[in-house]
Amino acid sequence: MEILQIVGIGLIAAVLSITLKQEKPEMALFIGIAAGALILLLLIGEIRDIVVFIQRISVQANVDFMYLSTIFKVIGIAYIAEFGSQICKDAGENAIASKIELGGKLIILVLTIPILTALMEVITDILP
Amino acid sequence: MNMDIIFRIAGIGILISVLNHVLNKAGREEIAMLVTLAGVVVVLVMVIEMITRLFDDVRNMFQLY
Repeated sequence: MEILQIVGIGLIAAVLSITLKQEKPEMALFIGIAAGALILLLLIGEIRDIVVFIQRISVQANVDFMYLSTIFKVIGIAYIAEFGSQICKDAGENAIASKIELGGKLIILVLTIPILTALMEVITDILP
Repeated sequence: MNMDIIFRIAGIGILISVLNHVLNKAGREEIAMLVTLAGVVVVLVMVIEMITRLFDDVRNMFQLY
């Protein structure tokens, strides 16, 4: 049961983090980072299953591989950017958190430019 | 690498804060400061190792290069 593990890690990390927050706030932050990384590492296995499933379906449906790999890259960037920005928010650095989010959004936008140009080409083909 | 990393970080945190109190009471503020710094660096190395693993896993899975 993965969910029991995740909830247990979260609760224990929360208790330890609150215990240390009075004396050493930076250690509380480190516990938050470690717990977040641990939970995300536990979830990686599930995400791998989903990725394999989507790849199999897309092969059956004859979807262009370029679109699929772009989608996976976008998901990965969002995963990491969310992790970083949540930790910065946790540490009280809202400005840095919003910059990380901005960076993630911009990089995702740059990654999706080929799909956007393909869409534009389709539209200009349809239009007389 | 499992739950024990969180317990290790918390243990180092508690140890450092106790040492900090003792050294402050003994009038050694500068050594207390150094102890705090050392603890932060040790924990930082542990956490960075973990984050590197997470980033490598995510990069391999989503083909991010």
